Amino acid sequence: MKISQKDVEHVARLARLTIAPEELSALTEQMDAVLGYVDKLNQLDTDGIEPMAHAVPMSNAFREDDIKPSIGIERALQNAPAAGDNCFTVPKVIE
Amino acid sequence: MTFQKLTIQEMRQKLISGQLTSVELTQGCLDRIKATDGQLNAFITVCEEEALAAAAEADQQLAAGNAALLTGIPVAVKDIFNTLDVRTTCASKILDNYVSPYDATTITKLRDQGAIIVGKLNMDEFAMGSSGENSAAGAVRNPWDTERVPGGSSSGSAAAVAAGQVVATLGTDTGGSVRQPASHCGVVGLKPTYGRVSRYGVVAFASSLDQVGPVAGNVEDCALMLGAVAGYDPADSTSVDCPVPDYLENLKAGVSGKKIGLPKEYFIDGLDPDIKKGIDAAIETYRQLGAEIVEVSLPHTDYSVACYYLIAMAEASSNLARYDGVRFGARQDSGDGLNGMYQQTRSAGFGDEVKRRIMLGTYALSSGYYDAYYLKAQKVRTLIRQDFQHVFEQVDMLLTPVAPTPAFKIGEMVNDPLQMYLSDIFTIPTNLAGTCAMSLPCGFSEDGLPVGLQLIGKPFAEAEMLQAAYAFEQATDWHKRAPEL
Repeated sequence: MKISQKDVEHVARLARLTIAPEELSALTEQMDAVLGYVDKLNQLDTDGIEPMAHAVPMSNAFREDDIKPSIGIERALQNAPAAGDNCFTVPKVIE
Repeated sequence: MTFQKLTIQEMRQKLISGQLTSVELTQGCLDRIKATDGQLNAFITVCEEEALAAAAEADQQLAAGNAALLTGIPVAVKDIFNTLDVRTTCASKILDNYVSPYDATTITKLRDQGAIIVGKLNMDEFAMGSSGENSAAGAVRNPWDTERVPGGSSSGSAAAVAAGQVVATLGTDTGGSVRQPASHCGVVGLKPTYGRVSRYGVVAFASSLDQVGPVAGNVEDCALMLGAVAGYDPADSTSVDCPVPDYLENLKAGVSGKKIGLPKEYFIDGLDPDIKKGIDAAIETYRQLGAEIVEVSLPHTDYSVACYYLIAMAEASSNLARYDGVRFGARQDSGDGLNGMYQQTRSAGFGDEVKRRIMLGTYALSSGYYDAYYLKAQKVRTLIRQDFQHVFEQVDMLLTPVAPTPAFKIGEMVNDPLQMYLSDIFTIPTNLAGTCAMSLPCGFSEDGLPVGLQLIGKPFAEAEMLQAAYAFEQATDWHKRAPEL
């Protein structure tokens, strides 16, 4: 096994997901199958090969820091599950 | 009245000459959707009122002699494109109530060319899937056989064109999501070179791989749609500032003297006999059209699925972190604090495949595993791109199958995600390399299912690839067949 149920529970916490107890074993098996498959990349010697982050060569895209029209507060908040005082509202973080 | 046999150019001529109004055309399109979508489920949202209002406006423009490229032509887009004041759900419960506050750049471009957007098309949730089955709005069905999948993730984009619901659509292609459904539905689908089309306002899946692409019933319409949406966009820093050629101008240039490569790794034993038959006939057609056919090698092909899924899942886990129930989305909160709210919202909102990919991506990026998985995959990606660079020194383009089999049955692969991933083997490498590719019809299976042919072009050589596709289409009549619905 590449991955245990305990690992899967840990990853779920990192990903802010809850895995139902009855789904845990099937998910672990499916993840294990995929991780077992991708292991084939280790057949390749990649020493000295540059990792590729972009499909086309590009460097940082800079622009002038000009003020331009944007969608505005009302539009930005229109899909908020909860909002008030021109802000997104979230459950209390600090006691 | 139905108009499903007309091409964009034919519609355009009829609109300009006054034989047809955009309101008639748009109403015909809405009627066709009503008549057929119960069988297909290609649409998530139909914008009837907005479309008819835009059509009336287009008729005024046409009457005034102001016809742009797509004035008055009804089209539809995958439900991954932000469209002002219309829902954009990505076929996910988590975005069920999300209404776009702006237009994606590609949508603005379509509107600037006068296109009428009649609706938003069904898809695999967040573009994750190869079958159109992973949708909170229900599976899309293949117009050629409604017991079968249309392919995915741009399932609705391909099915809608095949069924004559709309003449052209936009989809997105991260690992084959435009080409594979186009192939399974017998239509033309194109993935442009990475950077050719703006991704601004398109919900992100895997940002280094995602690209917007058109689907249409024939090569000329596909070329026209690409021309309408291509180009540099300051709002997308990965779009490339390189001039957009007129894709229609030299479309009839032919393939005489062109060198077409057949990568031997794509012609493996075990290729479905129906696919092999279609591809072999296509190779012969190209030979007769004057192309030189040569065998080439892309030695790292066998590693591309593993490389792709690691990169795509890692990027997806990062991109989908934004669905936390704070700025948008269906919040679930039973009062367990902020982290509890995040977890409940995400667990209730995402479907199984999306969760699986977030989990795998999170694992691949997590402490202690980053080098072994994500970094390793990025290095292998370099090797895969080098393969393409080498063959493009020898040939002008490549010809391959699109999918290893014709469309499979609904439900056949749902419990075996790895098997489903492996079906993307022929389309994935071009996304990793960033080059352009397209799918076009090249035959039918014994069961009457469409078979597609893939052309892979050099980076930013869409025009040359479209010329080769057009030459093939003129020499065959596969694209003229339509499913009975």
